[in-house]
Amino acid sequence: MPVLKINGRNVPVDAPEDMPLLWALRDVVGMTGTKFGCGIAMCGACTVLIDGNPARSCVTPLAAIAGKGITTIEGAAKTPEGAALQKAWLAGEVPQCGYCQSGQIMSACALLKANPKPSDSDIDKVMSGNVCRCGTYGRIREGIKVAARNLAGSK
Amino acid sequence: MMSTAGGKLRELESKVGLGALAVTLFGGLATVALGSVSLDAIAQVATLRAPSEFSNIGDERVRSQALFTEAGKVLLDPRCLNCHPKDRQPTQGNDMHPHMPPMHAATSGRGERGLACESCHQKTNTATNAKAIASVPGGGNPHWALPPASMSWQGKTLSEICEQLKDRKRNGNHDLEGIHHHVATDPLVAWAWNPGPGRRPALGSQKEFADLIGAWVQTGGHCPVPTKN
Repeated sequence: MPVLKINGRNVPVDAPEDMPLLWALRDVVGMTGTKFGCGIAMCGACTVLIDGNPARSCVTPLAAIAGKGITTIEGAAKTPEGAALQKAWLAGEVPQCGYCQSGQIMSACALLKANPKPSDSDIDKVMSGNVCRCGTYGRIREGIKVAARNLAGSK
Repeated sequence: MMSTAGGKLRELESKVGLGALAVTLFGGLATVALGSVSLDAIAQVATLRAPSEFSNIGDERVRSQALFTEAGKVLLDPRCLNCHPKDRQPTQGNDMHPHMPPMHAATSGRGERGLACESCHQKTNTATNAKAIASVPGGGNPHWALPPASMSWQGKTLSEICEQLKDRKRNGNHDLEGIHHHVATDPLVAWAWNPGPGRRPALGSQKEFADLIGAWVQTGGHCPVPTKN
């Protein structure tokens, strides 16, 4: 039985190794913060971090992540970037319907960790992998910039 | 008119493939439903000619050019061209439409900081539950990535691609034997014949392709003569 390290906790998962991580998180472990969008890695709604790097959990089989650390939206606030982003998201009222936002925040976490001072172009290039049907892209970009400023100010 | 990477594909589909289909599938029947012919069907009947089939060409330069032209059926295949884009953004599908989601190779070739190719592309092809895209490609080791900008192929003629392949300033400082070794052994090259469910492979096999390139090298590595506009 695979054991997944989710948000710092070892979780035995009774699932076949070819099951996508998204299915294991939602249907087996019961963590439903990570969303199903397209199932083909095109929309970004299912984004989590694997060893700090963004991954589309809908196309990531359990066999590919053995022994690696998984961070989901439920654990995002434990990272400096995630905490800053969630604070900025609330302050800026970034979400509209909210369905894509867990994926948006996880991608933004990866962006800020890799690039603490992203330009508008940097943000657009990385966040273009996350689709928002409500069109909150402007607020997402602003939220990332606010979080980046707050992170820089806190250091 | 000069054939470019995209145009050559259409030429293959509309001329070579149809001829082969008409004879092979329908035994010479006069009517072929053009609308039903696809690249997938062509791939089932077309293959690469072996180097020995060029031995009747006496002039070594001409033979070398013919060998490279045959290998060009692979080089100009979407399985190869999609990751040798004109700019630093990959394309996808047999029609080589822009990659979705939009991706930028960045200086590493592996994506922007915060959105690497490996966010979606695993070490192996990964099946999905969707019909439209039955699998997400995966590329073994080294990980999925675009080649350097100097190795852009889309929009170039086969002659231009040939000259580019031979140019050590643009090909990663390989000599011709190095090029042969690369096409014979590289796992990302190998992916073209193992593209995962929902994608037709490139013509022939990696070995057949490498044999053609090897024979091309042995005959002097001459490039096809550019056609005039």
